[in-house]
Amino acid sequence: MYLVIDYKPLSRILLSGIASLAAGTLMLAQTGASRKIDYVRDVQPIFESSCQSCHGAKQQLGGLRLDSKTLAMAGGVSGKAILPGKAAESNLYKRIAGIGDQARMPMGAKPLDEARIAVIRNWIDQGAAWPEEAGAQTAAIQRHWAYIPPQRPALPKVGNAGWPSNPIDRFVLSRLEKEGLSPSPQADRVTLLRRLSLDLIGLPPTVEEVDAFLKDKSKSAYEKQVERLLNSPHYGERWGRHWLDAARYADSDGYEKDKSRQVWFYRDWVINALNRDLPYDQFVVEQLAGDLLPNATQEQRVATGFLRNSMINEEGGVDPEQFRMESMFDRMDAIGKSVLGVTIQCAQCHNHKFDPLTQEEYYRIFAFLNDSHEANIAVYTPEEQMKRAEMFRRIREIESGLQHRTPDWPERMARWEESQKVEQPEWIVVQPEVDDISTGGQKYLPMKDGSLLAQGYAPTKHRVKLTLRTNVRNIAAFRLELLNDPNLPLNGPGRSIKGTAALTEFEVEAGAEKPAKVKIARATADISLPETPLDAIFYDKTNRPRMTGPIEFAVDGKEETAWGTDAGPGLRNQPRKAVFTVETPIANSEGTQIVVYLNQKHGGWNSDDNQSHNLGRFRLSVTTAPDAAADPLPKSVRDILSVPREQRTERQTETVFRYWRTTVPEWREANEQIAGLWKGHPEGSSQLVLQSRSDPRDTHILSRGDFLKPAKEVSPGVPAFLHAMDADAPPTRLTFARWLVDRDSPTTARALVNRVWQTYFGTGLVETSEDLGKQAEAPSHPELLDWLAVEFMDRGWSWKAMHRLIVNSATYRQSSRVSPELYARDPYNRLLARGPRFRVEAEIVRDIALAASGLLNPKVGGPSVYPPAPAFLFLPPASYGPKIWDEAQGEDRYRRAIYTFRYRSVPYPMLQMFDAPNGDISCVRRGRSNTPLQALTTLNEPLFLESARSLALRILQDGGGTDLERLSYAFRRCVSREPSEPETAELMALLKKQSRRLSDGWLSAWDVAGLDVDKSPDLPKGTNPVQLAAWTAVSRVLLNLDETITKE
Amino acid sequence: MNVDSKFLARRWFLEQCGVGLGAMALGHLMAGSSPAASADPLAPKQPHYAPKATRVIFLFMAGAPSHLELFDFKPQLAKFDGTLPPADLLKGYRAAFINPSSKLLGPKFKFAKHGRSGAELSELLPHLAKVVDDVAIVKSMATDAFNHAPGQLLMNTGSQQFGRPSMGAWVTYGLGSESKDLPAFVVFSSGKKGPSGGNSCWGSGFLPTVYQGVQFRGSGDPVLYLSNPSGVDPELQRDSLDSIRRLNEMRLNVTGDPEIATRINSFEMAFRMQSSAPELMDVSREPKNVLEMYGAEPGKPSFAYNCLLARRLVERGVRFVQLYHEAWDQHGNLVKDIRQNCLDTDQACAALVQDLKQRGMLDDTLVVWGGEFGRTPMVQGGGDDGRDHHPNAFTMWLAGGGMKPGITFGETDELGFNVVKDKVHVHDLQATILHLLGFDHTKLTYRFQGRDFRLTDVHGNVVKQILA
Repeated sequence: MYLVIDYKPLSRILLSGIASLAAGTLMLAQTGASRKIDYVRDVQPIFESSCQSCHGAKQQLGGLRLDSKTLAMAGGVSGKAILPGKAAESNLYKRIAGIGDQARMPMGAKPLDEARIAVIRNWIDQGAAWPEEAGAQTAAIQRHWAYIPPQRPALPKVGNAGWPSNPIDRFVLSRLEKEGLSPSPQADRVTLLRRLSLDLIGLPPTVEEVDAFLKDKSKSAYEKQVERLLNSPHYGERWGRHWLDAARYADSDGYEKDKSRQVWFYRDWVINALNRDLPYDQFVVEQLAGDLLPNATQEQRVATGFLRNSMINEEGGVDPEQFRMESMFDRMDAIGKSVLGVTIQCAQCHNHKFDPLTQEEYYRIFAFLNDSHEANIAVYTPEEQMKRAEMFRRIREIESGLQHRTPDWPERMARWEESQKVEQPEWIVVQPEVDDISTGGQKYLPMKDGSLLAQGYAPTKHRVKLTLRTNVRNIAAFRLELLNDPNLPLNGPGRSIKGTAALTEFEVEAGAEKPAKVKIARATADISLPETPLDAIFYDKTNRPRMTGPIEFAVDGKEETAWGTDAGPGLRNQPRKAVFTVETPIANSEGTQIVVYLNQKHGGWNSDDNQSHNLGRFRLSVTTAPDAAADPLPKSVRDILSVPREQRTERQTETVFRYWRTTVPEWREANEQIAGLWKGHPEGSSQLVLQSRSDPRDTHILSRGDFLKPAKEVSPGVPAFLHAMDADAPPTRLTFARWLVDRDSPTTARALVNRVWQTYFGTGLVETSEDLGKQAEAPSHPELLDWLAVEFMDRGWSWKAMHRLIVNSATYRQSSRVSPELYARDPYNRLLARGPRFRVEAEIVRDIALAASGLLNPKVGGPSVYPPAPAFLFLPPASYGPKIWDEAQGEDRYRRAIYTFRYRSVPYPMLQMFDAPNGDISCVRRGRSNTPLQALTTLNEPLFLESARSLALRILQDGGGTDLERLSYAFRRCVSREPSEPETAELMALLKKQSRRLSDGWLSAWDVAGLDVDKSPDLPKGTNPVQLAAWTAVSRVLLNLDETITKE
Repeated sequence: MNVDSKFLARRWFLEQCGVGLGAMALGHLMAGSSPAASADPLAPKQPHYAPKATRVIFLFMAGAPSHLELFDFKPQLAKFDGTLPPADLLKGYRAAFINPSSKLLGPKFKFAKHGRSGAELSELLPHLAKVVDDVAIVKSMATDAFNHAPGQLLMNTGSQQFGRPSMGAWVTYGLGSESKDLPAFVVFSSGKKGPSGGNSCWGSGFLPTVYQGVQFRGSGDPVLYLSNPSGVDPELQRDSLDSIRRLNEMRLNVTGDPEIATRINSFEMAFRMQSSAPELMDVSREPKNVLEMYGAEPGKPSFAYNCLLARRLVERGVRFVQLYHEAWDQHGNLVKDIRQNCLDTDQACAALVQDLKQRGMLDDTLVVWGGEFGRTPMVQGGGDDGRDHHPNAFTMWLAGGGMKPGITFGETDELGFNVVKDKVHVHDLQATILHLLGFDHTKLTYRFQGRDFRLTDVHGNVVKQILA
């Protein structure tokens, strides 16, 4: 640990510039090894002129400081720089001489000349003598403020003691008074309520809510509104969206084909977590390691989707490991930005230049995360979970009924077991060689158990060629096992989105020179499903009837038929096996080649979408046994049979019973009943999660971040410049997650409260909210930041407590009006002498239009939706491949923008234009642009137009009887306040003029109002299409006002 | 309305037109320049030194064209067709699809020398052959990526990882816009599909979003939401905009927030764009011979049509135009498909160079042609008609904007596998393009996450030998 001390520059200047120059000249003249180098005369000038701008008092790149003896000798993040007596081994010499593979110093400047390099070398070789009095007398690098845990600062004294409402205001006012400024008066109540509502739930208040607030004369009227809004389910949507930026949430893979993925359970987890005010420390722990918590719930596993929001490259020809590494880097970056508030990705390639993070430390953090499968699990909504529970209950009920009515079932089952203990053929696993050209771009990764795991690009139709190398002679049969794997959709064994696979044909060739087709006499499998037409997702745009069915379909020579393993929801993700017996055993004499083709042609037409139907993980074995057949018993049951009955667990007995009962002929009715129940099992959804591996991976430092260049192996650990980790805790991802939110963490709480502040005020107390490190600009109110951070932790890491504090402050409640003088003085409002005023975020721009027009569907959660968008964007050549965008026609058309489906490569135009990030990388600070394309969007985009028309209808319905009343109503729906006189005059003139043009036939009322000419319009009594159209024009203007999309 | 606020509004309009908080918050433009000096994020700016080029048209041949069929003639490759490449050559080499030890595949087309410069070109490029003396061919390109998305990102953003600003965004950030009513950075897409890198190929990364590329279409509305909605006639649109403007002015008077002035400007520019963009797209006044030169048919979206529009865009002050034509990924069907691609593109590319030249615009317009990597000298597939991705060597060409005309630069080995002379890494190309635009690529930076980022990351050398 560094000491925190003040840096005291040496008062005595040892050398003037001129003297230094003279010394330099002198030095150049004598560079012989024999000359005794004097630090002050010879070395210090070099350090001063060439090194100290980066390694001096102001900054210490690489943690190295060369103006103080103690610190120079201590070295930097790469270790000691100076080894007295050993220049050749000293980093300082090596780096300036360009020895070794690290960048030559001085970085970004011309190398030192030979003479100066010689001076340094000789000085070190001569013992690196450095007089105590030379240079800065500082023994420690001053620690950067953000790396010192925050302490609760005392509240500053202020002159205007009447103004502050809470401690926040003391800090703000104290600064204002120092600057000679005073705070602005409180904003009027309407502005305040609109601001509060936009801030807390991202929606404007309704006219009724405004009226109720204005009527409420109680002292706690405002606080009541705060509580109402914090308890709204929309609160989680508004604040969840911020976290989703940091979590780089999107509904697609990102690279190239950018296939859609189901991850909305994670999105909803975030919304719900915020709504129930899950403490931030727990919020983080569950997202990093929810799966490792004891008895992890589905919710906690879903939370780990945070780390899985990384993009995945499955374009043809990728090395899956390369892009797993890219995902890992992305996760590190996301944790750095969103939780730590420290930039760490620089250290992916080299020691961090500005912050004291070494490359080794980076990979030690990396090691905590490098423990997981890239899993994709089935998840169920609460309703579906209830349905499942009910189904299992009824199955158990039927099963106990069977057992009850058949008291001797254990004996009968035992007899059955004995009958099953026939000797199984000996199967020898063969590891085939995969022909690269035949894979269609899919990677077949060899696994330790001899199986192959299909990863990367998933072609929808291919025929992989596998060459077998085995010494087994007289091969009588082949066994193909389809295996589960956590890295497959829903655990596999296939690669379809349901984790299923279809095998079109199993073909064998054997021979020495030209392998000849081997005839398969018989095929058996442990699952035989009836002939079923292929699911619609595998439609291949041909008119051939394609189907799946029994194993015979894999040897019938027909490309239309395939062996199918989809046993229906809840049952389909199990291992399966098939055995193919050859007509004549393959002698397999020396020099014979055996080739197996796994023909997989039952995918859909679009290999750029999720239409693969490939085998996911499989293993091939051979046997010499004649008449081998597929063991009808599932492996799970077969394994239990070898456990003595008395040693079996209840669960194991149950597993055997479950299988056995299906074989009992007189239980047919019960079995059918149970099978019927399974048919009602919900389909569920899927979610990308982390799932720990039983065999952790080794983690190495990667030279320059290149996964092909692993260097030194590292163990999990945390960087020295941050707080320590509990040494007794196991080095797991869970321990790491808990460490991140440890009370001693210097940056975690600060980073979060700073971002909360940024959301309210437009700029954080530290402007660069993604980086509180050394390169960050100083906080505008350092003590306030610390106070908030400590308060946040003291209040149990409660988000809502922070919101209460901030919105109840006088600082927050100030009017945002600004005089030219104040604007000139503080254009970015960093001093907070006024309230915030800025355009709302992209999603809220949309939500305001929907809310004001009455179209908004307030439903919370569920799958992402497809509001109107130009269809061509989702088709080539705008998009890489054809993408699904089934424009919602019903109520899903008007959901809040947080639910809009997000393709990373084709961002939703309206949201993109208003600066919503597309989820490529973690984003904790959005831009806020103001562009003509935004104007075109709010003027002309279909949903904005629909909003204008809908608002017009509302106005005629509920706005009152006169145009003035209607105008006031419309105005208040958009900006909450009443219009001023000039505003009324402007809009009434517009209404009047357009009404005239409509009546005179210059404009078509039907077109403007979007009415169906074939139907008589459904208008409020006493109104006509011309009115509706004229009000549509007015509504469109209102929805396009700066104020409408601005928080004032 | 009191006098003070009126005065305030007037002052903002007269003095701060286009100035907003968002604009002023940009800061950090380039080393040494003060944020206040460049308050409008798109105001024209001076680069570091006098530029040779002031605008760029980048013809991005996505999918990666085969240098061996188009530019880099390799008789030895023909000679060794069907044999395995030397094992030494393949050490440490990774290919996307094929086992690197696949048979060599000779070039599929004839080559001949053209122009006074004697540049060697494939028979597939008869039109480029006619303007070859205006073009600098770089045969020694090399990249780090061999998958499409990372390769396209590297070429466009200097990094294989997502999240960095694209070249067009950097250039717009550095130079601002010369057009008041068209976006500064415009992107078209033609060919079979969109680029593998998606939107990020022209994204603004961590730069302010005003610098991202705007996608145009060759048919229908060139810009999204450009047309008035049904029923809204020009007068209603103008009346609406006038009302919006006056109401926004009233609010500006009340609040004093100059961001409202920026919003007013945005609406006015949107209105102007509503007439300027259709005017841009209206090629009916282009002479017939010009349309024929490009091979463009009005109203029919094509790469050729996009080339013509690119010229019209740069004429109107647009800074950076990028045309994506994703069609070059010839793992199979090499002969047929690359021939078709050249039929689709060669004439228009040459016409663009010629047209710019005849208008006197080639001198300060840089045209860049190329894809994200090259193709393997080895065959892909069982037949002899495909090539895999190849990062070690590929060819690009540049014309105008300060490039030395009529040169061929760099060399690959006898198989076209590795660069053996004057290697130009993607970062070197980027440094060179920025140099032509007047930038020291090491100084066009943006501070993000505590670091000064740049297009060329920590690499890149200007290729001086190809500069005029």
